[in-house]
Amino acid sequence: MRTTQAQHRSTWGAGALGALLVSSSSALAAGIGQPVPWQMDRQVAVTAEAHHLHVFENWLHWLAFGISLFVLVLILYVIFKFNEKANPTPSRTTHNTMIEVAWTIIPVLILVAVAIPSFRTLRTQLSDPKADVMVKVIGHAWYWSYEYPTEGDKGGFTFDANVDEDKQPKLLATDNDMVVPVGKIVKVQVTSGDVIHSWAIPSFGGKIDAIPGRLNQWWFRADREGTYHGQCSELCGARHAYMPITVRVVSEQAYAEWLTEAKTKFAAIDNGARLADAR
Amino acid sequence: MATAAAHAGHDAHDDHKPSFFSRWFLSTNHKDIGTLYLVFAFMAGIIGAFLSFGIRMEMEEPGLQYFSNPATYNVFVTGHGLIMVFFMVMPALIGGFGNWFVPLMIGAPDMAFPRMNNVSFWLTVSGFACLLCSLFVEGSPGASGAGTGWTVYPPLSSAAGHPGPAVDFAIFSLHLAGAGSILGAINFITTILNMRAPGMTLHKMPLFAWAELVTAFLLLLSLPVLAGAITMLLTDRNFGTTFFDPAGGGDPVLYQHLFWFFGHPEVYVMILPAFGIVSHIIATFSKKPVFGYLAMAYAMVAIGVVGFVVWAHHMYTVGLSLQTQSYFVFATMVIAVPTGVKIFSWIATMWGGSIRFTAAMHWAVGFIFLFTVGGVTGVVLANSSVDKYLHDTYYVVAHFHYVLSLGAVFIIFAGVYYWFPKMTGHVIPEWAGKLHFWLAFIGANVLFFPMHFLGLAGMPRRYADYPEAFAGWHKVATLGGHIFALGMVVFVIGIVLAFRSKTRAADNPWGEGATTLEWTLSSPPPFHQFETLPKIVDEPAH
Repeated sequence: MRTTQAQHRSTWGAGALGALLVSSSSALAAGIGQPVPWQMDRQVAVTAEAHHLHVFENWLHWLAFGISLFVLVLILYVIFKFNEKANPTPSRTTHNTMIEVAWTIIPVLILVAVAIPSFRTLRTQLSDPKADVMVKVIGHAWYWSYEYPTEGDKGGFTFDANVDEDKQPKLLATDNDMVVPVGKIVKVQVTSGDVIHSWAIPSFGGKIDAIPGRLNQWWFRADREGTYHGQCSELCGARHAYMPITVRVVSEQAYAEWLTEAKTKFAAIDNGARLADAR
Repeated sequence: MATAAAHAGHDAHDDHKPSFFSRWFLSTNHKDIGTLYLVFAFMAGIIGAFLSFGIRMEMEEPGLQYFSNPATYNVFVTGHGLIMVFFMVMPALIGGFGNWFVPLMIGAPDMAFPRMNNVSFWLTVSGFACLLCSLFVEGSPGASGAGTGWTVYPPLSSAAGHPGPAVDFAIFSLHLAGAGSILGAINFITTILNMRAPGMTLHKMPLFAWAELVTAFLLLLSLPVLAGAITMLLTDRNFGTTFFDPAGGGDPVLYQHLFWFFGHPEVYVMILPAFGIVSHIIATFSKKPVFGYLAMAYAMVAIGVVGFVVWAHHMYTVGLSLQTQSYFVFATMVIAVPTGVKIFSWIATMWGGSIRFTAAMHWAVGFIFLFTVGGVTGVVLANSSVDKYLHDTYYVVAHFHYVLSLGAVFIIFAGVYYWFPKMTGHVIPEWAGKLHFWLAFIGANVLFFPMHFLGLAGMPRRYADYPEAFAGWHKVATLGGHIFALGMVVFVIGIVLAFRSKTRAADNPWGEGATTLEWTLSSPPPFHQFETLPKIVDEPAH
């Protein structure tokens, strides 16, 4: 089910379609990796998997729209055709086996048509490809920390990402960003040091809960460089709204440079303590 | 008891009522207890609505305008959820209308256990008192009240997140309300299975009684699991157990499984009685019997049964295996089939009818459409892969407000407009009911439809503050909230006018379509009805 960018961005109803396409194109300019004012659909997908989900969900919304419209038309028909004035004598019909079988079987068929792409996308989402980059993400009340494991002379450091309210976009930007290379499979292992949090990046198509005592896993492969924002998505206390997630997707070369720089910047010394802390 | 004796017999006719205190505080009469429940639900609903008003005011603009401490905002969200679920919708639909009309519809003189009925009510009130107490004692450090969400997930609700006693109060509140509901459920099951009038077989029983029967089984089977889960949480908090604490070998996800094993049937507990009421209103005002009566009854049974095996669709993001998630996707979608049967059967009931558009009928028809909208977004959310994006966003908030706020709550109002003449003998002016409907219909849609957009744009729920980009739709939603609130003013005016007017309701104000037994009685019904049991002959009772 291949669609163009414009098509899969339109979601809600024929009437809103025109306005939506206009808003979509401006969204493309301004808001990749973050929401834009008056947005009516998903954030732009930057992984193939998120794109497939977007297409699937778009189809689901057309289906939902169609069913709602069908029910609305039936209701309006009944209102105008069978009101007291139009139809003074009610019928006594209470059974019609054919139609009852039909409105049981047809929804079943529709649901089968939903289930097939649903299971397919779910299987991809939960598959376990070989990771190019591993990052451990730990939720804390109320910030995230990221651990880059040691690989040769690279990695082996950890840092915290706090909300930076002076940076734009406000409440989405962090002081330190998680940085990953473009076009590589990045696997995040997510856990929590205190209460449950949820690590979400809409542009990558989802989220995964950070639960103390569990190590959850999610992967993504970003198609384009850029800065992508998300927000903690499981109620975690007072500052739940103030622990955003920022992932910067950069070229492989820039990533290598950042790794070296970060190792010095986030002095690897406290790494051991941090790891023990998180477990 | 002394007061009861002192005032006995002040009524001239044999329909003698006890004195005020005995009648309302020691009540054993199902209609009085029903009235108590309805009044209680209304008052709790006002408090719940006040909390949602706080939420909506805060969300009108980004930044913190009204809540200096966002923890207090979380308390409002939690209080709103718990109050609306346990102390507004359930008391209104089950304790209120259920108590009032199940005995009347099945031709019984009262509930099976009248004294227990009274205990159920006062346990619910005590539970509510506990919940109100929790708002004023410390919860999370430096803030009063439980800010855990109505789901009360540990470790946020454990000593780690909420060291103060607010969560303990909330737990006791649920214990009390839960015990009240379990006793109520036992009462309904016993009444419906044993006290139907001669000739009223289960397959002739009105659909509202069917709905309450299924609901009672759901409560009876699911509430003990909630009670278990929150008791484990209580001992985790106070007595050093570690059921949900990984440091002692426990698992927070266990709590979620237990909670949603209760929580999912609970959503059907809230909507099934509404399904029953809609069926009666549609049939009455279409002047036709319900289409596909047996399919309608067994669709509710099917929804109830399947409702017990879909709970983990609330937990797609906790890291369940592929097989587990696939199963829950499949099981969840199955529920759409009996729900579809109900929607289409309601429309088929109207088809060929001679529909009178009273206020109650406005609400019922509005419900069918809005519940469909909430239902189809439910099918969207059922898909685990797509839900990963939408989980815990405003899309979910929009979904469950469409099925509950525009579903269950719409039908509570429909039930009031439908049964008010029967319950009180007074008549709410039709214009008030219709004006209330249109304000609520427009208001609720303006309030909740934009939340779909917010969710799709990525706005997480339970946020006191948010990025600038979400401001537009939040402002629209708050406007809708004001329109809905205006409708509530019209509702109250309608009730006041009804009591002030001299117009008295006929025994059957709705005419030929109203065929259930309550319409054979006076309006209001005598204090004790069916002293001689009615006999049900061949005519089906629905």
